Amino acid sequence: MPDKIYRINMTDLKVTNEEVPEQWKGLGGRGLTSTIVAQEVKPTCHPLGKYNKLIIAPGLLTGTAAVNSGRLSAGAKSPLTGTIKESNAGGTAAQFFARLGIKALIIEGLPQKDTFYSLHVDKSGVTIQEDTEFAGKGNYEVMQMVQKKYGEKIGILSIGPAGEMRMAAANISVKDPDGTIRSLGRGGLGAVMGSKKIKFITIDDTDGPGVQIADPEKFKTASRTFAKGVIAHPVSGESLKLYGTDVLVNILNEAGGLPTENFRYGQFPGHEKISGETVYETILSRKGNPSHICHRGCVIRCSQVYNDKNGNYVTSGFEYETIWGFGANCNIDDLDIIAEADHVMDDVGVDSIETGVAMGVAMEAGIIPFGDGAGVLRLLKEIGTGTPLGRILGSGAEGVGKTYGITRVPVVKGQGLSAYDPRSIKGMGITYATSTMGSDHTAGYCVPVNILNVGGFVDPLKKEGQVELSRRLQIGTALLDSTGLCLFVAFSVLDNLDLFQAMMDMINAKYGLSMTIDNGRALGRKILRTEHEFNLAAGFTNKDDRLPEFFEEPVPPHNAVWDFTDEEIDSFWNF
Amino acid sequence: MKVKLFAAFRDGRFKEKEWGYFDGITVGSILEALNINKKEAGVLLVNSRHAETNYRLGKGDTLSLFPVIGGG
Ligand code: SF4
Repeated sequence: MPDKIYRINMTDLKVTNEEVPEQWKGLGGRGLTSTIVAQEVKPTCHPLGKYNKLIIAPGLLTGTAAVNSGRLSAGAKSPLTGTIKESNAGGTAAQFFARLGIKALIIEGLPQKDTFYSLHVDKSGVTIQEDTEFAGKGNYEVMQMVQKKYGEKIGILSIGPAGEMRMAAANISVKDPDGTIRSLGRGGLGAVMGSKKIKFITIDDTDGPGVQIADPEKFKTASRTFAKGVIAHPVSGESLKLYGTDVLVNILNEAGGLPTENFRYGQFPGHEKISGETVYETILSRKGNPSHICHRGCVIRCSQVYNDKNGNYVTSGFEYETIWGFGANCNIDDLDIIAEADHVMDDVGVDSIETGVAMGVAMEAGIIPFGDGAGVLRLLKEIGTGTPLGRILGSGAEGVGKTYGITRVPVVKGQGLSAYDPRSIKGMGITYATSTMGSDHTAGYCVPVNILNVGGFVDPLKKEGQVELSRRLQIGTALLDSTGLCLFVAFSVLDNLDLFQAMMDMINAKYGLSMTIDNGRALGRKILRTEHEFNLAAGFTNKDDRLPEFFEEPVPPHNAVWDFTDEEIDSFWNF
Repeated sequence: MKVKLFAAFRDGRFKEKEWGYFDGITVGSILEALNINKKEAGVLLVNSRHAETNYRLGKGDTLSLFPVIGGG
C-alpha cells in the first residue's frame, strides 16, 4: 500500500487523505517538512496565524530495522525566529507513523472556537475530537492519563501549558518507550501546535500496513554493515552509552570553550560537579540507568534515567546542553537542581536550551543573581502558571533581553546559542551565524572536528577552514535529518565513506532507488537552499547571519574574539 | 607540572596529579608511563591547546588527557 499524507484542517475540522505527490516521494523527515513548508506556507505569515502549518513526518528509514532510525521531524515557520524550522526527536511516535504508512501530517488553519482538541491517528485515519479534559495540565500528567485511557503502548505527542499559552520557547513532547518525555525542542513548535488548539495527538499503530522494503536482501546487508560501523566507533559504541552527552562538560572546560556566566568566561570552576563523569557516578549510586534509549532500535543509548537522593525518578534524556544551560551558563554547580529544572521544563513544555539561555539573560538583568538555583526553579514554575514574568521568560532569551534592556543576549535570528563559545570554537560560530534555523548547534556540529579529534581536526581558534567545515556538516546534517537517523550516528558515518554508502544503500533498498553518496549530498544541499530561500522570502538577508556584537569582547582563557568579516561569513552560501 | 585524566582514563588511575618534570619530557612519555595506548588517546590538551604526542612539556604545564569521546 502506498504511503499517505493526512491533511488536517483545523478551521473546518476536516481531515483529507492524499496520495504522496511524485516530488515528495524521495523525501522524509526534515527534507519533507521543509519542502512542504516552503511550498505551502506564506513566508511572511504570522507564525501563530491561519497561514502557518505544522508538518509532522517520520524519516526515510523510520520503521525499518535500521539502527537508530526512529526520529520524528516537525516543521513550520518558527514563532521564535521567524525562519523556517525543523526540530526532531526520538520517542515512539515516528515508528508508529511509519508503520501506519503515514508519510506526513499537515496541520493547517485555525479553529474558530476557543477550546482544545485532540487528534487520534490509527489504521483507519485521523480523527479530531474536542477535548478540554487535559487543558492546562502538564505533559507528565497528560502522558499518564492518556496512557490510562488508551493503554501503555499508545504513541503520544503533547504540549504543556507553555504551548497552550503560545510561548515562543514552547516545545512538543514525545512519549518514549517508558512513558517519559523526549522533546521536539527548538523554535517554538509547541506554540504553533497551541495556536491550532491541539493539546495532544495519540498514535495507535495496531494492524497498520507496516513498512514496505523494495529489496529486503539488499536492505539486510546494508543495515548490518551500518549497525556494525556505528557500534564499532568508540563514541557511538562506548562513550555515549556510559557518560551520555554530558561527557562534554569537562573537555569543553579544559579547551576553554564552555560558556560560563552568560558567555563571559570559557571555563567554569564548578565543572567537575556537573560533568558526565559525575552524572554517571550519581546515576549508579542512586540506582538509575546510565544507558537508556529514546526509541526501540537505538544501539548508542546516550539517554539515561536520573533519580533523586531517595532513588525516585527525576528526569531522563538529561543532556549536556541542558546541564550547561543551567549549570555553567547560570553558574550553578548542583546537578540535582539542574535535573529538577529539566523535569519542570519537560512538564511545562519549554525548550531546555532556549530556556537555559533565557535564564542566563534573566540573571544578567538582575531578576535573580547568577548561581541562584532556588530562584531558577521558582521562575520556571512561573512559566507554567503564566505570570507576566513567566511569559517573558517563556518567550526566549531575546524577549528577556529586550524587556530588560540588556545587550549581552546570545542569540542569532532570535534563537539562543548553546554550549560552545563561538569565539574559541570558531566552526560553531559559523554554524550559529548561518544556520537556516537560527542559532542551532546541531545544524552543523563542528565540535568533533574542532575539539574532539573525531573526523579530522581544524584548529578551533583559527579562522582557516571553518566556513568549509560548517558547510560540509550542514549539508550532511540536512541529509541525515531526513533519514530519521539519530544525529549521533554522524560520529561514525560522516567521515567513513563505507558507512555513508551503507546509509544510502538502506534508502535505496527501501525505495528501489540507486542514490550515490554524491546524490545524498546533493539532496542535503537542496534542502539547505530550499530553507534559505524561504528565509529570504520571509525578509531575512545576509545581515541576519551575524553574531551579537558583544562577541567582539575577548573570552578567557584564550582571550579569543569573534573576528570573521561579513564577506567571510557570506561565503558560506557559495555552493 | 600537572596531569589530569578524564572519562574512562580515570578508571584505576586518578583524576589529577602533580607530575615530576624532567627536561625533554613529552606528552607521549606520560602516556607511556600511564600505560595508555596512543590510539586510545582521543584528545591531548596542553594548557587548553591541542597537542601531539611529541610535544615537549614545560615546567608549569597542565596536560589533560581524554579517551575518544563525543556528545552533542
Ligand atoms: S543515541 Fe540518544 S538520542 Fe540517539 S536514538 Fe539513542 S537515546 Fe535517542
